[in-house]
This record gives sequence, structure tokens and C-alpha cells, in this order.
Amino acid sequence: MKRIAFLLLAAVAVSVNAADWKQFRGNLANSIAVGESLPTELSGGSISWKVELPGRGLSGPIVVGDQVILTASSGYNEDRLHVMSFDSETGERQWERQFQATGRTICHEKMCVATPTPASDGERIFSFYSSNDLICTDLAGDLLWYRGLGEEFPNASNSLGMSSSPIVVGSTVIAQVEADAEAFAIGVDAATGDTKWRIERPRRANWTSPTILPGEGGRPTLALLQSSAGLTAVDPETGDVVWDFTEGASTTPSSSVVNGRIYIPSHGITTLQVTADGQSFEQVWNSPVLSPATPSAVVMDGMTFSVNRSGALAAGDAESGKRLWQLRLKGPFSSSPVASNGHLFFFNERGVAFVVKPEKDGGTIVSQFDLEETILCSPAAADNALYIRSDGHMWKFADPF
Amino acid sequence: MKIPVLLIVALTSGTASADDIDVLKSVGPGSQGATEARAARDRLAAAGTDNLIPILQAFEGSSVLAQNWLRSAFEGIADAEIKQGNYLPKDELLKFVMDTQGSPQARRLAYEWLLKRTPELEAELIPKMLLDPSPEFRRDAVKRLLDQAEQASGDDAVGLYREALKGAVHEDQVTAVSKALRDAGEEVDLQKHFGFLTSWHIIGPFDNKEKKGYPIAYPPESAIDLAAAYDGQMGEVKWQQYVTEDDYGLMNIADEIENYKGSLMYATTTYNSGRSQDVQFRLGTPNAWKLWVNGDLVFEREEYHRSTRMDQYRIPVSLKAGNNVIMLKVCQNEQDEPWAQRYQFQLRVCDRTGSAIAPVKTTASAAKGSH
Repeated sequence: MKRIAFLLLAAVAVSVNAADWKQFRGNLANSIAVGESLPTELSGGSISWKVELPGRGLSGPIVVGDQVILTASSGYNEDRLHVMSFDSETGERQWERQFQATGRTICHEKMCVATPTPASDGERIFSFYSSNDLICTDLAGDLLWYRGLGEEFPNASNSLGMSSSPIVVGSTVIAQVEADAEAFAIGVDAATGDTKWRIERPRRANWTSPTILPGEGGRPTLALLQSSAGLTAVDPETGDVVWDFTEGASTTPSSSVVNGRIYIPSHGITTLQVTADGQSFEQVWNSPVLSPATPSAVVMDGMTFSVNRSGALAAGDAESGKRLWQLRLKGPFSSSPVASNGHLFFFNERGVAFVVKPEKDGGTIVSQFDLEETILCSPAAADNALYIRSDGHMWKFADPF
Repeated sequence: MKIPVLLIVALTSGTASADDIDVLKSVGPGSQGATEARAARDRLAAAGTDNLIPILQAFEGSSVLAQNWLRSAFEGIADAEIKQGNYLPKDELLKFVMDTQGSPQARRLAYEWLLKRTPELEAELIPKMLLDPSPEFRRDAVKRLLDQAEQASGDDAVGLYREALKGAVHEDQVTAVSKALRDAGEEVDLQKHFGFLTSWHIIGPFDNKEKKGYPIAYPPESAIDLAAAYDGQMGEVKWQQYVTEDDYGLMNIADEIENYKGSLMYATTTYNSGRSQDVQFRLGTPNAWKLWVNGDLVFEREEYHRSTRMDQYRIPVSLKAGNNVIMLKVCQNEQDEPWAQRYQFQLRVCDRTGSAIAPVKTTASAAKGSH
């Protein structure tokens, strides 16, 4: 039985198409745009299009094929939930669907109901909101199933708002719904909306999003659930806990996984190396000086990058945790950066974009561009283009030629 | 690929029936009925605009979940029509929008889709909707009056603000209107406008150190006896009457009594309902709480200091005709951050639009009885 279970775990595939950006912080939820060549000279000339948006939204765009999918919320009580699709080439709005929130829509004024980023398995869109409405539509906008998790579990809410974005692992949509009064994680069948599993979670407000540890060799794919208690690895098919890191972790920035190593925002950054069979882990290093504030840390070219509360970008050695250098950016930041083609792409809350070229001995700001609108979402990167949204607009950046 | 499939469905099943709408109405929690609803929605879509009005009519009495399936069906049909350059059936939709017996959500949906091709309808319809059952229509009507009032002066402006106040249900609009009226020397009773309960008997503190008092049933949870005395956290405690003068019905325990850290209080009042009716209790508190109505626990929430605001919680409550005894348990924890010192609540009774439902008579005298 054990061997059968092991094979099933290993069979869970993480669908990756380099041209897509299918969930919060990318296909592997680690902020890395693989194989992309994003424009590094951001300016008015690199804006391919700019479109108007309804209501409010802190959710990031996702890209599925030639569609850019985005959510928004509107209305006095923010109980109107929007899902929209735009043509990635032209920015034309292809369709928009609205739904009525079934759960609570109270949020801190900085947040809004459309704070979680949607996810996709390439065939379906899974839109999630602070009201805990989990809505599945097809790529044409037709409703496939609807889970009113706020109605099913009315105490699993936070009066400041919920922000955790769902991820798709294999055929399972995984969402963390964690608050002081009630907390759980749920695995939902992507095709039917049926609950595959639901597990109790630490009853503590939590704004982090789940992350993926992709399977490799004999190691199964695992879903990583972060909370104030630490990081829990679960089987994405069953929700069974595989191992638990219990040293505590942040409730705002999320973990990243690169090359099988897990970078957790725990007492600064703590890294774990998972064993070859995926059943356990060893701590590699901890660095208090690399502590990320709101944006999640990103790892690229053997370096970790995190932005602190004062807007300073700290680079660390990914092997040792030693801080390499700091670069002053203008904060504050809510948006998590994207790493691609040897560059880091940041957007601060005032709408200023920074493209940073990091090297082992220091980082350089290679371009800076002011969108002049509040930016709180994390960008998407697909087809050599960068997508970012404010409440009122979404932009596509790409090299003009 | 999708269009041929829909055409085949249409050819084989004919026009969609009321059965398909019933399928959408019957979806339930979890993913209950989703598979059947998808098929029914596709059949409805294939039959086109003939189904728009029946779909809208089905909103009334449906759950919000079911309404979202109905909305999906409506928008799929309407979107396809407009993309083909067609107009939606204006007369039928307009008639539905203006019938205030229909679902507010469905009427608003129809209105917004009508506006996509006929935006001039807004100026024609909204002024008639100041007292509409839909808070969204009311909001638009109030905004028009506020815009007019800002351009007017003297008695004309006051008259427009007075008119706007009749329809305003949202806090921001009511606040704006009341400020303008008070600046003009007019009196406004916001407590009455919103329906806040302002007179309470409160007893406490009882022990809630380490948040351990939340699950403990102290004596008021067994019986409310306003003459009784109990052992409290700091000694003997008795019920005391408090009346708040705050515009927004805020009963500030920290100010009026004491911000006893790690404590809890019980507050009770009586609401005299003219008839048996379903209402909303709208509560705002940064503290953990439990709410009983006529001895029944209607909701509880153990969350401390994650912000507070008016209408933070909307609790559906069925009131009986006559006196209804309301009791609230309000719990304070021991956090020492400056933003975690509030110990307060505000509670109002309203309908689903947020319009106050006035009691026949409200007193703080709770009837003796058992919980």
C-alpha cells in the first residue's frame, strides 16, 4: 500500500508552459519567469497597451494562452465579484462575468475583496476572493462550479480581509482559508468543485499563499502551507501531512522553492532541503538579516532577494545565507517581484517600477518608470511581456520590436 | 468549438424549460448540483433571449449561490446578443427593472445590461428609485440629489438634502447628508435613521484572562435577572443601565465602564417587534462576541482586534411579535498594543437593504427568563 501511495504522489504533475503565468507568483509560485525575455528598459515606449478596469483589485493578472485573466470587486459593499479576460495582444476585453459574494466582504481600506490572484490549470479559471468565494469558469467565462466557502464556513473570515491566493497542483485547487476564529486548507477537484480534502489549520490570521515543491526523481510533488506556526508539506491529492516545519513563519510574505530548496520567511529567511524521498527535510541555513517585509523573497542565479520595510533590497548567497549587498529602492512595497532573464522587476506602492540587474558584488537599477497609480499587486510575466494592474488600469510592457 | 455544441443541444432539446431554471435554483453548498446546472445553463443559453425574463424572475427566493448560476446564464445570453450587435429586449427588461416586487439583484442586473446599449436610460430611471428596495438603485438616486444639492443653496439645498436622507442607507451617504443638514442648522437623528439600539443593561467584568472566559457560561447565559448580583472578576457585579448618545450607537465599554484587560461583559436589551419578521442584526465590534436572541445563540466569533466598523457583521435573525430579548457577550483580551485597546460594540436592526426597522418600543429592561 505504501508503494502504491508513493507512486500516486509522484504521478502528480505540475503543468508548466513557459508562455503562461497561471497563478500567483507564476506557474511554480516562486516568482520566476522561466525562459522569458522581459523588457528591461521600462518607459512609456515599452507600454504595449493600457486598459481601464472596473472597481478595485489587488489581485495580479494571470496569463493563459493569449488570454490575460484578471479579477476585481466593486459596489459599495464590494460584494460584486468580477472575472475578466483580455486579449494579450491587443488588450481588448473579451468577456466579463460578475457574481454576488456569498461571504463577508469587510476589508481594511488598503485591501479589497479582489485581493487573491486567480489560478488556472490551462482549461479552467479559479477565481478566489476575500469573501472566500471560489469560482470556476471555463476560458469563455461560463460558470463550471461555485464554492461559497464563506457561506459554508462563516467564521473563517478576517475583518481586515483575506489575501491568500489558490494554487493548482495536478487536478487539485488548493486554498488556505485561515483566520483567528476558524482556519482550514482545502483541496478541491478542479473539474467538479468537489472537496477532495479539508484539514484544520492553526487558528491565526494568515495572509500567505500556498507554494509548490515540484516532484523530481523519486520525490513526490508536495503542496506547502505556511502559517505563523511554520510550514506544512501536504500531499496535494489527499491533504495528508507529509512533514511539518514548526519553527514559526511570517503571516504575510510566502515561501519560495527553487531547485528543490525551500526558502521560508521564518526568523529572517530559513532554508530547508527536502530529502530525496520527500518525506523529511533538513535545515540548511537561517539568516535574520535577509528578512522580507510584505513582498515574498525571490531566488535567482544563486542569490536570494528580499525587500525590507524601509525599501532596501538585500541580496544573499543562496548557498550560505550570507548577505552580499544592499540596494536602496524607494518603498514601500506590497507587490512581490518577478525574476527573469537576469533581472528583477519591482513595483512599489506609489506605482514606480524598478528593474534591477543583480550581480554577486552589487545591484544596479537599470530602469525606473512611474505609472503614477497605486500598485499593490504582483506582476505576471508571459510571452516576453510584463503585466501589472492598479485599481483602475492594467498595463502590458513589452519591447516594441 | 463551443458554438456547434450549443447548436446541437438546441436542436435536440428545443427551447429550454422551467425545469432548467429549477435546476439552477436547486444548486446547494459544496458543488451540489453543479454538473446538472452546467447542462441546464447551456440549454437555457442555446434558446437565447426568450429565457432572459424567466431567468431574472427566478432570482426571487433563490439562494445567493443559485442567483450566481442564474446570473451566469443571463450574462452568457446577453453577452452573446450584444457581441452580435443586437439589442436586448428593451421593453420587457425595462418592465422588469421597474417592478419593485422583483429581486433587487435581478433588477439591477437587467438595468446594467440595458445600459450597455442604452446609457441614456440612467437619467430617466434613477430619479424614480430613491425609495427602491434595491440599495444600489437608492445609492444612485441619492447621489443625483447630492449633486443637485451641492449646486443649490439655502432652503432649496436643505430640501434636496432632506429628500436624499429619505433614501440613503449607506453610511457614507448618510454621513454626508447629515453633515450638510447640521451645517445648515437642521436636526438629524442618525441613531433613529440607522436603527441603532442605544439603551442597554450591562454586567461585568467577568474573567477572560488568557481568553479562557469565552467558552465559560457565566450566570447571565443561564438566566437574565436584572436584579441579580454575581461574583465577577473584580468582586460583586450587578446589571447597570447605559444609554449611548453616539450618532452611530457606539456603546463604549472602555470609556463608560473600564477597559478591564482579560475580561468580558454581558449586555442585554429588549426589542419590541410589531410582528414576526426576518431582519438583519448588524453588529460592529473589535472584540470576540456571542449573540443570543430570545435565548438562542444565533452566532459567535472568537476574533480580537482585527479592525471594526459599522455593519461589520450581518446576522440574519427571526424576530417574534412582541418583546425579543437580545443578549451580547463582549470579550476583551490582554493585548497591549495601542490599536488593541478598544472594548465596544454597536448593534442595529434593519432589513436586507440596510434600512432601519424601528421597534414598537425599545427598552433596556429585559424580561426575566431562562436561556
